[in-house]
Amino acid sequence: MPITLASFLQIDLPAMLAALLATVSCGLLGNFLVLRRQSLMGDAISHAVLPGIVLAFLFWGSRATWPMFFGAACAGVLAAVIIELVRRLGRLDSGTAMGVVFSVFFAGGVVLMEQAAAHAVDLDADCVLYGQLEDILWLAPTGLASLLEPAVWADMPREVTTLALTLAVVSAVVLLFYKELKLTSFDPELATTLGFPAGLFNVLLMVLVAAVAVAAFEAVGSILVIAMFICPAAAARLFTDRLGRQIWLSLGFAVVAALGGYLLAASAPLWAGVPSALAASGMIAVVAGALLGVAVLFAPRYGALARAMRLGELAEARERAAAEPLATNLSNR
Amino acid sequence: MSFLAGHSAEPSSPLSSRPEHRPGSPLAVHGLTVAYNKKPVLWDVEWDAPEGRLIAIVGPNGAGKSTLVKACLGLVPVVSGQVAFFGSSLRRSRRLVGYVPQRGSVDWDFPVSALEVVTMGRYGMLGWCRPVTRRHREAALACLDQVGMADYAGRQISQLSGGQQQRVFLARALAQEAQLYFMDEPFAGVDAATERAIVDVLKRLKENGRTVIVVHHDLQTVRDYFDEVLLLNMRVVAAGPVDEVFTIENLRKTYGARLALLEQASSALADLARVS
Repeated sequence: MPITLASFLQIDLPAMLAALLATVSCGLLGNFLVLRRQSLMGDAISHAVLPGIVLAFLFWGSRATWPMFFGAACAGVLAAVIIELVRRLGRLDSGTAMGVVFSVFFAGGVVLMEQAAAHAVDLDADCVLYGQLEDILWLAPTGLASLLEPAVWADMPREVTTLALTLAVVSAVVLLFYKELKLTSFDPELATTLGFPAGLFNVLLMVLVAAVAVAAFEAVGSILVIAMFICPAAAARLFTDRLGRQIWLSLGFAVVAALGGYLLAASAPLWAGVPSALAASGMIAVVAGALLGVAVLFAPRYGALARAMRLGELAEARERAAAEPLATNLSNR
Repeated sequence: MSFLAGHSAEPSSPLSSRPEHRPGSPLAVHGLTVAYNKKPVLWDVEWDAPEGRLIAIVGPNGAGKSTLVKACLGLVPVVSGQVAFFGSSLRRSRRLVGYVPQRGSVDWDFPVSALEVVTMGRYGMLGWCRPVTRRHREAALACLDQVGMADYAGRQISQLSGGQQQRVFLARALAQEAQLYFMDEPFAGVDAATERAIVDVLKRLKENGRTVIVVHHDLQTVRDYFDEVLLLNMRVVAAGPVDEVFTIENLRKTYGARLALLEQASSALADLARVS
């Protein structure tokens, strides 16, 4: 299919916007999850909200934003409470408790979703699990000139506006409480004695993660959200030793993953010779993973290659040092 | 009394009205009982910290030394009891109380510099949502200088030695500009230079009238570094000036039942015997 300006504006632009907003929101929060060693919590929450989303959908019968958000929030809070109960009553470590609870919640969501499908309502498993970037259409614009009309912007797809709002809220919270988030992530005990309750910020972070997971699940799917929480932040951490720089870098990686992944998926018929475009959300996660892989191997200081080279230099220096006295001994004879 | 309670650790009513507690004492602990998993760790601790002194909390492993500090600071749930700072609640006197946690309690791979960690000590006086200003960053740098670490201000904290990390923590406490300090094992596993730096800081804090409560594990140095000692083994065994309280008999009472630790205690006892 030839790419025209109108088809770009109507099909590619909204999908790219949705992907971009989703990955940037996830990437931003991911920094704090990774630093707090709570990446699994992001995973747990993004899975545990599924039954809430499906129940809300069954109850209200539409994919409207607020009922779904409400359902997801209820499921998220319930999951958090049950995780804590399982941990205490079962005397299990928190990783085990999380693993048990979120997989059970997710399984419940899958069962409920089958029911929803049986009632022939419009909620299919593929959409929830893998996202449907390609279905996000913006039919209003017909050319560049039409972008100047407010009515065209008012017709922006719901997924995109929801994600934009989520990103705005998440960015505002991080900007406003940057100092507090940094302190509670690094030293929760000192934070609490200084009057910044670490527990409160933990809850705040989890609520934001749940909100982003819900907003992003339609775009990139509930499974792939987790890749976007972890990959950009983990890759950025390997390039810098400053939190501020790490966050900016992670946002850059998120943008590269979103746009690169989408473009690679869309252009697959050209470079892979496959008959149709690849799944965009899957490709975005693949690119994010590839970025992390590149960072692990080639990052200047913490990369595997840099480490190996430093070790090699050390070994060489040692060998030279060991060889020298031998050489002098020989020449002395 | 139920050990299931585990309610909030926020210490309640001030104790200044109680006759047995000196009003305005930097730290007054009354009937403090703390339990983990229904097993008591601290039992009915009654203690007044005297003002302007360097105080060691001494006792065997598992005696509840760190727990006492954390319970006072509201970091672990208490079963019963009250804690007052300068005759008032912790909530009202947060700015007066500084804390140096154990070095192992944080993740040193965190992407911050030594100076940024010290600046965190200023967050309390900055208040919510206010960004760090130059004035506070300069104050933090001065504190780093006081512990001989100004040259390392820009270093990422994992690239510091254990002793240097401890000094960064100490500088952060100085940056808090508190009246009462809690330090949890600051001397644990540090080099000689750091040990001297910590002792210098302790002396300077005392000269400025501050009270410092230190969880301490090295019985040999108690006499050299501290004025007061609290001997703790779940309950308060003895508390008071080092000269009066740090006796062979009291140490035996504190460590006695712990056979594994008798050796550690006995070497200190031998030391004591040599001195007296």
